[in-house]
Amino acid sequence: MASEAGNGAPLVGVLALQGDFAEHEAALQRVGLRTRQVRSPAQLEGLHGLVLPGGESTTMLRLLEVEGLWEPLGRALRSGLPVLATCAGMILLAERVENPSQRSYGLLPITVVRNGYGRQVHSGTFALDSGVLPAGTTGTFIRAPRITAVGDGCEVLARRGGDAVLVRRGPILAACFHPELQAEPHPVTAMFVDAVRAGRSMVGVA
Amino acid sequence: MSPQHPPLSVPGFTAEEVVSKIGFCEQLKGGVIMDVVDAEQARIAEEAGACAVMALERVPADIRKHGGVARASDPGMIEAIQKAVSIPVMAKVRIGHFVEAQMLEAMEVDCIDESEVLTPADEQFHVDKRVFKTPFVCGCRDLGEALRRIHEGAALIRTKGEAGTGNVVEAVRHMRALMAQIRELRGQDERFLERKASELRVPFELVAWVAEHGRLPVPNFSAGGVATPADAALMMQLGAEAVFVGSGIFKSGNPRQRARAIVRAVTHYEEPKVLVEVSKGLGEPMVGIDINTLPAQERLAGRGI
Repeated sequence: MASEAGNGAPLVGVLALQGDFAEHEAALQRVGLRTRQVRSPAQLEGLHGLVLPGGESTTMLRLLEVEGLWEPLGRALRSGLPVLATCAGMILLAERVENPSQRSYGLLPITVVRNGYGRQVHSGTFALDSGVLPAGTTGTFIRAPRITAVGDGCEVLARRGGDAVLVRRGPILAACFHPELQAEPHPVTAMFVDAVRAGRSMVGVA
Repeated sequence: MSPQHPPLSVPGFTAEEVVSKIGFCEQLKGGVIMDVVDAEQARIAEEAGACAVMALERVPADIRKHGGVARASDPGMIEAIQKAVSIPVMAKVRIGHFVEAQMLEAMEVDCIDESEVLTPADEQFHVDKRVFKTPFVCGCRDLGEALRRIHEGAALIRTKGEAGTGNVVEAVRHMRALMAQIRELRGQDERFLERKASELRVPFELVAWVAEHGRLPVPNFSAGGVATPADAALMMQLGAEAVFVGSGIFKSGNPRQRARAIVRAVTHYEEPKVLVEVSKGLGEPMVGIDINTLPAQERLAGRGI
């Protein structure tokens, strides 16, 4: 794949089973990173970062299981690589998923309610309250999951109303919204890119 | 294929509509949207990995058989499907029937298909889709139809194909026509693009956008005749970013297994070995129709041009 060829820039794997993985790749390539679409275990080798994109979490779950990716992806997610998970990607990482309950990696001590802000007609771009992101940063929420509980060891980096919508635990950064769809470079994408470039966990970054 | 920039600016759409309406459609990419007629089929589709379902009373193959006027589905049936699954639920309205669309928006259907599969309600105008908050998908046979629908506010385009036939030939024809016409615009000067805009009856800005980016400003999916995993992969290799499957799944011998196979085929559309694996022992596909035996008045693709 041409996007991977290269110049020694860090290589980010983007889970490409279903969803807006191409938008994530475009956002990362525009800031000089290389990307690789991940559909099989072998494609997880040699990465400097990993993205779980938006899309339908039930579709991704089904394919993770039939492709034999569930375990290998789990190992990669626990390996300390910087991870960015958006929307469906965040659902895959949550400790507890409701509406309905479904399997997840449980790497983030949060409870998420699928489509917790309602159906598509309630989707839109909303202001974020954050001590970390630049003033005026917004998030586009699309049939977004809602975080209803945050456990120990998980930092809340941004809120919408009273709800946590951007959380971080060690090297894993997860958003209910879609930085990859918004004007570039979105500060959340930038945060992930900095961590990938630094080649270390995101603890203490930003 | 190298990934494209997100469409940060699309003529006729506000910045918010680009991220929320078109952004919703981006989430469906790489997925399969399945026609379902009841909650049970909807659950089978979701379990098989469908990224959305299309709720309708009769799949296109039965609409063909049944004849008469095909209208939007019973709201009660659509609501039962909305309750049954967590994935997006789409539903169809007749071309130009903006009241059916208002009703679907009031029901909070996630996406409205203004569809030639139903009997058109207006021979002159499509629905003005810009006044709705719900994203619309519309069919096309070529670039002119695609851009006219986008100009009216469609956030997603699909080929029309010939629904309910189990025959992929028309979807292929429409996708090839669309992609060839997009390629033809690349590198052309302003005078050519102005002439093209006038020929296609769309604003110059839309044609110029396509010429600059080499693609449509909204996602481009395929529909109309997909019956096998190989058909789905064929449409993806020809340029589709996701696939609608109508009659092909629940009119086949083993819907559960076929649905799963088509989902995997769309993810692995460039890997023939996976396609071989998923295509084994699927049982009877839906019985197909040779397009050449269809009388002109039974061809749906000519509706709403």
